[in-house]
Amino acid sequence: MVWTNAILQGLLTGGLYALLASGLSLVFGVMRIVNLGHGDFSILAAYLVLTVAGHSNLWLGTLAVLPVMALLGYSLQRTLLNRSISLGVLSPLLITFAFSIIIQNALLKFFSSDTRSIQTDTLSSASIKITDAIYIGKLPLLTFCTGVLLTLALHFYLTRTQGGRAMRATSDDPTAAELVGINNRHIYGLATALGLFAAGIAGVLFGMRTQFSPSLGPIALIFAFEAVIIGGLGSLWGTLLGGIVLGIAQSIGAQINPAYGVLTGHVVFILILLIRPQGLLPKQKGK
Amino acid sequence: MSQLIKRNSKASNFAIPIFAVILLALFFVPAKLDMSYQIKFVDLFVLIIIASMWNLLAGFGGLVSVGQQAFIGIGAYALVFFTDLKGLGVIPGLIAAALFTGLLAIPLSFLVFRLKGGYFAIGTWVIAEIIKLVTVQIQSLGGGAGVSVAAFADTEREPRIKFVYLAALTVAIVILVGTFLLMRSRLGLALTAIRDDETAAGTLGVNVTAAQRTIFILVAMGFGAAGALIALTTLRVQPDDIFSVNYSAIMIFIVVVGGLGTIEGPILGAILFFFLQDRLRDYGSIYLIILGLFAIISVLAAPRGLWGLITRDKVSLFPTRYVITKKREG
Repeated sequence: MVWTNAILQGLLTGGLYALLASGLSLVFGVMRIVNLGHGDFSILAAYLVLTVAGHSNLWLGTLAVLPVMALLGYSLQRTLLNRSISLGVLSPLLITFAFSIIIQNALLKFFSSDTRSIQTDTLSSASIKITDAIYIGKLPLLTFCTGVLLTLALHFYLTRTQGGRAMRATSDDPTAAELVGINNRHIYGLATALGLFAAGIAGVLFGMRTQFSPSLGPIALIFAFEAVIIGGLGSLWGTLLGGIVLGIAQSIGAQINPAYGVLTGHVVFILILLIRPQGLLPKQKGK
Repeated sequence: MSQLIKRNSKASNFAIPIFAVILLALFFVPAKLDMSYQIKFVDLFVLIIIASMWNLLAGFGGLVSVGQQAFIGIGAYALVFFTDLKGLGVIPGLIAAALFTGLLAIPLSFLVFRLKGGYFAIGTWVIAEIIKLVTVQIQSLGGGAGVSVAAFADTEREPRIKFVYLAALTVAIVILVGTFLLMRSRLGLALTAIRDDETAAGTLGVNVTAAQRTIFILVAMGFGAAGALIALTTLRVQPDDIFSVNYSAIMIFIVVVGGLGTIEGPILGAILFFFLQDRLRDYGSIYLIILGLFAIISVLAAPRGLWGLITRDKVSLFPTRYVITKKREG
C-alpha cells in the first residue's frame, strides 16, 4: 500500500514538474532558446505573490502576478533576447544565464536567504480520503489538474488558433514565416510571455506546497529540464509524461530512503538519456 | 601579386617574448612580496585558469557548459583523496587530481554529448548537481559538512603560501602555453572549423565528436587542477561551495567581457574581474547582480568582448589563425 501511495503522490508532484517544464519546452520549441533563468523566474513569481498576498487576497494576488510575468517575458524578449538571437546560439544562453544570476541575487537582497512559504489557510493541509492508507492532498490534486489543463490549453492554442499556427510556422521556418507576413519578433515575444506565465503558475503552486528560498531556481530549472528530456523534445504531451515519470521516480526513491528522492529522479533521467535519448514520447516527424 | 600565408605578426613577435619575461618574472614575486599579495595572485591565476579553460571549451570548441564546477569539485576532492587518504605528496597529488578529473570526464562526456546546444548547457549543470549529491553521501569525504585539507598540516603558513603561489603560477603557464600550442595544432584547426560551422566541418572530414570529446576531457583536467589549487588555498572543501554554480557565472563573465574565442580575452577579462571583485566584494549579493548586468550589456553591445573592442580584431598577440596577405612583387 505504501508503494501505491508513493506512486500516486509522485504522479501528483509530476503535475508540478510538467507545469515547470511546459514553459521551458514551449520557448525552446518556438525559437530553440533554452532559458537558463526559467526556474528563477518561477521562484520570482512565488515571491511576488507572497508580497502581493500580504496586502490582499491570495488568489487575487496570483491573478495580478501572472500577467506581470507574461509582460516581463514579452518585454525581455523584445528588448534583449531578440537582439541576442541574431548574434548566434551562444548569446541567448549567456543572457538567460545572467537573468538567472541577477534574479537569484536580487531575491537574496530583498528577501534574504530565509525560507518562506505562501499561506493558503486550509488548502495546503486539506485532503481527500481514498482508502484508509491513501489520502490525496487537495493542493497536489489542484496542481496536477492545472498541469493537465495547461498542457491541453497550449495544445489547443498551438493547433486550433491563428496565433498558435503562426507560432508553429515560425518554429518550423522563421524566414518563410516572415515571407507570409508573420512578425517573428512578436511571435517570439508571445512565446516567452507564455513561457513565463506558465513558470509563474508553477512557482505559485510550488510556493504553496513547500518552503522556498532564492537559491531554489536552478533546482526548479533542472527538474523542468529533466522532465523535458525524459518526455522527449518538442512534444507537449511528452513533457507532461516526463514530469509525471520524474515525480513518480522521486517519490519511489524517497520511499526507499528520504535522502534518495531527488537522486533517484536524476538516475531515471540519466537512464533515459543513455537508453532512449529521444525521450519517451518524441515529436513525430511531419507534425 | 603573390599571396603569403602567415601566422605571426609584428605584434606577436613583440608580445610573445614580453609575455614570457613577465611570466618568468612572476616566479620571483614571492621573494619580494608580502604573503597577502601572494594570496591575491593565486586568486588571479585560478581565475585565468578557469576562464581560459571555459574559453577553450565554449569559444573554440563550441561547447557551452554551465556545469564546469563539477570538475572543479572533483579536482578538489581528488586532491584530498590522493594526499590525505592515499598519502601522496602535494605535487603528485595535484597531478593525480587533474588526471583523475580527466578520466572521470570520459564517461561523463558520453552522457552529456547526447544533448546539443542549450540542453547541453543544462545537462552539464545537472551532472554537477548529481556529483554534488553523490559527494554528500560519501562519508569518508566528510559528507555534507565537507573535509579539511591536511596535506599542509605540518607546513608553516609562509612556505605553504609560497608553495601554492608557485604551483598556481606553473599550472597557469602550462594551461596558457598548452592552449596556444593546441590551437595552432591540427586539433585547434578542427575546433575552429567546428565553432564556425559544425555541419560544414563534418563534411570536410573533421571528426566533430572526437575533436569535441578530446577538448572536453583536456579542459576537465584543467578544471581539476584549478579545483585542487582552490582546495590548497582554502584548506577546506565543502560540497555547496566547491560545486557552486557561481564559478560558472564568474568564468562566463570573464570570457564574455574579455573576449570569447581569443587567447588574450580571458586573460584581460580575468585581470578586470580581479579588480572588480576586490571593489565589489563588500556589496554582497549586489556584486553578482552587477556582473550579470555587465555581461548582458557586453553580449549585446560588444559581442567580441573588450579585447575585440580595443583591437577591432586586427591585432593578435597570440595568433592561432592563418592570415593571407597580399604582397606586391618586386
